[in-house]
Amino acid sequence: MKRLKQLFWIPDNKKISRPAAFLNLLVVTALWVALFWVCLGAIHVQLDFTFLGQFRIRIWDGFLVTLSLSLCSLILSLLLGILSAAGQSSPLLFIRFFCSVYVKFIRGTPLIMQIYLFFYIVGTAWGVNNRFTAGVLILSIFEGAYIAEIIRGSLLSLEASQLEAARAVGFTRWQTWRFVILPQMIARTLPALTGQFASIIKDSSLLSIIAVIELTQAMREISAVNFRLFECYLFLGILYLCLTLPISLISERLEKRFQYES
Amino acid sequence: MRVEFQNLSKQYENGPVILHPMDFADEIHSLAIIGPSGGGKSTLLRIIGGLIAPTTGKLWINGAEIEQNEASLQKYRKKIGFVFQQGGLFCHMNARDNIAVPLEQVHGYSRPAACTRAMELLERFGLKEDWKKKPAALSGGQKQRVAIARAIAARPGLLLLDEPTSALDPEYTTEVLDVIRELKEDGLHFIIVTHEMGFARHACSKVAFLCEGILMEYGESARLFGQPETKQLRQFLGKLLEWEL
Repeated sequence: MKRLKQLFWIPDNKKISRPAAFLNLLVVTALWVALFWVCLGAIHVQLDFTFLGQFRIRIWDGFLVTLSLSLCSLILSLLLGILSAAGQSSPLLFIRFFCSVYVKFIRGTPLIMQIYLFFYIVGTAWGVNNRFTAGVLILSIFEGAYIAEIIRGSLLSLEASQLEAARAVGFTRWQTWRFVILPQMIARTLPALTGQFASIIKDSSLLSIIAVIELTQAMREISAVNFRLFECYLFLGILYLCLTLPISLISERLEKRFQYES
Repeated sequence: MRVEFQNLSKQYENGPVILHPMDFADEIHSLAIIGPSGGGKSTLLRIIGGLIAPTTGKLWINGAEIEQNEASLQKYRKKIGFVFQQGGLFCHMNARDNIAVPLEQVHGYSRPAACTRAMELLERFGLKEDWKKKPAALSGGQKQRVAIARAIAARPGLLLLDEPTSALDPEYTTEVLDVIRELKEDGLHFIIVTHEMGFARHACSKVAFLCEGILMEYGESARLFGQPETKQLRQFLGKLLEWEL
């Protein structure tokens, strides 16, 4: 009886044993599946995933487009984030205001509105016709604002005593950046940035509204042909989880690894 | 080491006066700066250490004027060791690298030579086993001993300590003060801002009493503690003795 209790009950701060973790995850998964099963039964739907094989090339292509969209956006939004975080403490006032208005506008409005705005007005005006390029640009502008806040926050959390110590040991300005500021900032931002990458992947699904044929759009098109709406969207969710779950695990690990900071 | 300053003062823009204009000239072996909190002790030490610029006045070390521009201050700081009250160690580096990286980057040591020197100092201060630990894993006393090791690693002409024990428990205080006394016996010159009156009296040859931004008294430590001349110093010492055993 006591052993059984140990499998399900954990006092504060004790390490979770492997069998207990496995068993409990199994129970949770079974509960979720059962819940959906009951719901599907209530609306008399029988799931049939056999069509997936037939569309595997289109799904795979969509998957690759989502992946490359997200990777390109990650790099570009990191660049935008660094620039606008730096810009927000610029001595030139119009640069400071420009960056802070950018961050506030993007964070304060929904992505779907920005996609329409940038694609149909700004994009058309500047002749950005390639939908993939437009998608990367829009997504990067959106995520860049969030990354700017992550970076600005970690810059603000740098302790003044660390900078004073750097001066006291005789570091130059460049050496202070290289040996003190950057390593500490990377340690503080990396977990959050990894999490942001998972957001980029999920947010890229909204680009389907301007007909970028990424994973979500591919699935929408397939479901429009065979009307297997439930199966398509369930499978879509699983594919996104395949990308985002490992990333959030990495983010958790990084967080643990850099805990010495606090 | 001869420390000299003339008309030295500090006032932050639109803020109160931290240090009123003061003159000083003497050969420094071991000097304690004492006085009530907010009296300008740490500010004076930072000016001497080239970490902040005075509002007025000039500073000479061994007869050479310290110019208040970043390039010459940086050169000057290399010749001085500084220990802070707390938070002076780089929190992302282990104990050894806290000492070795500045040696390597600032003083031109090779990586192996810097590590050897760092380990030599850690061993001397009883921290050989802890070289891999980051500051967060060290006790307050251990942190300060690493900080002192880093400050003296490049064999500076002068060591400046800003209340190195005021954030420590009593048993750690003793262990840090013992290290400083030992260094003094080896011939290291230092200036310490401290609230440890026993240390100021017995381990420092000279004492400066700073109160409300004014250098009120300066002289042999035996004289200052034996026959304080100003009312402020008498009051200050009297208060400290109130709870003495």
